[in-house]
Amino acid sequence: MNSWRDKLIYIILVGSASTSILIVVLIFVFLGKEAFSFIWDPGFSELWHTKWIPVSFKKEIFGILPLMTGTLLVTALATLLMIPFGVLGAIYVAELASDSERQILKPFIEILAGVPSVVIGFFGLVVLSPIIKHLFGLNTGLTALTGAILLAFMAIPTVLTVSEDAIQSVPRAFREASLALGANQLQTIFRIIVPAALPGIIAAIMLGVGRVIGETMAVLMVTGNAAKITLNPFDSVRTMTATIAAEMGEVAFGSHHYQALFWIGIFLLIMTFLLNLMAQRVLRKYQMR
Amino acid sequence: MVNNVKTKLASEHVDFFYGSNQALFDIQMKIPENSVTALIGPSGCGKSTFLRMFNRMNDIIPGTHHTGRILFEDDDIYSANTDVVKLRQQVGMVFQKSNPFPKSIFDNITYGPNIHGLKNKKKLEEIVEKSLKGAALWDEVKDRLHESAMGLSGGQQQRLCIARALAVEPQVLLMDEPASALDPKSTAHIEELIGELREKYTIMIVTHNMQQAARVSDYTAFFYEGNLIEQGETTQIFMNPHEQKTEDYVTGRFG
Repeated sequence: MNSWRDKLIYIILVGSASTSILIVVLIFVFLGKEAFSFIWDPGFSELWHTKWIPVSFKKEIFGILPLMTGTLLVTALATLLMIPFGVLGAIYVAELASDSERQILKPFIEILAGVPSVVIGFFGLVVLSPIIKHLFGLNTGLTALTGAILLAFMAIPTVLTVSEDAIQSVPRAFREASLALGANQLQTIFRIIVPAALPGIIAAIMLGVGRVIGETMAVLMVTGNAAKITLNPFDSVRTMTATIAAEMGEVAFGSHHYQALFWIGIFLLIMTFLLNLMAQRVLRKYQMR
Repeated sequence: MVNNVKTKLASEHVDFFYGSNQALFDIQMKIPENSVTALIGPSGCGKSTFLRMFNRMNDIIPGTHHTGRILFEDDDIYSANTDVVKLRQQVGMVFQKSNPFPKSIFDNITYGPNIHGLKNKKKLEEIVEKSLKGAALWDEVKDRLHESAMGLSGGQQQRLCIARALAVEPQVLLMDEPASALDPKSTAHIEELIGELREKYTIMIVTHNMQQAARVSDYTAFFYEGNLIEQGETTQIFMNPHEQKTEDYVTGRFG
């Protein structure tokens, strides 16, 4: 009786733990099923063109390279922006802020984390993009940089909160040992606490990057949606997610265009997978345990 | 305590408070130079709090305050013009639980000298060797100085922490139950080490273990409920205590 119950509990636990494996496999299978036949007709190599012209009177072109560079450019810019604000902010909140300061800061960080991305997109469209346009003297304010700034806004609370947890979970003993050797507070923070919290901080950044890569609505609204290969932050770009969101609703079911959109989904998944792998490599390198 | 030796540290009428909770009551004490002074007493008697007064480690606990004076060679270390960094360089500390940084053995030792501005590699290597020898750890780790300190055994980690404290060339070592988390063999090692360090340093050690106090110290102070009940030469405290409370404690009637 007892062992039977133990077995049931065990099965429930294993089942719950493996749900995510099942879901990932299912997603892959599902994406693959829809995208599969594109490999022969019109051919896998059709994806590697430098232009994305899915609707045309002449020849449709499904090159996803400009969408990939768009996503990479926006993500890289957003990451560059969110790391200093997120990590330095976390250091301040965890180590230097007084209790009353923390009581003001924390609710605002949480509110920012909860703002729906379409609202942030609105803000970007109406407020940020005119500023960018005038500041840099551009023809349009709908640029990769505009999208990146909005994405950084969205990711900073995640990076900050998770980094703060990592910093706070550094044992007090390290802090005391450093202070007792005559280190001042900043030396203790930057030479002992931050290195000890680095694995958690890297995890926080990766969570932020994950959010940025996957984000759709805000970038759809403010990046200008021009599918071209560029590394210029002041150009309009089109990301992979925005393409899927914008075109999925109107595409003919089962068409080449439809299948190409699923390939974008597959590559998006592969990119996030590689990102996780990279994060783990970095983690292992820095962990001195 | 004793008049013919130089006093290194002293406390004058020290009261200490955690919030409104008074932890120390009017402590008067003199710590002679180049000797080992043990602080004994039951848990919560204030001995660790008292120890942490001497390198101002209590400063980092919010809501605490004190009255009275703590003297380091006749200077009040809580006066406004005291350089806390300098003080902690001169008064090193070893904690109850060994707390090496998650860095290499080498980097653990050089951390202190490094933050005080020493960058010369050759000089740092000399300090590492000297400190590790001083903590009787050199022979065990000399071939793996660049491996993580977290890979050492508990006893080795604690000696590394002692070496780390020695690396900034302090004059005083404060030890807060340095052997309480160690096995008997490592404990013996640490006690032996304390015996050697006494030649060059003034040592204050908090301990729960009365045999340890008897073995390693020259002077002993007995604390009870935040009061300093009795202080004197260790042999006198253990063999011939003047106070009834002290006798009850050292003979194991309570504790």
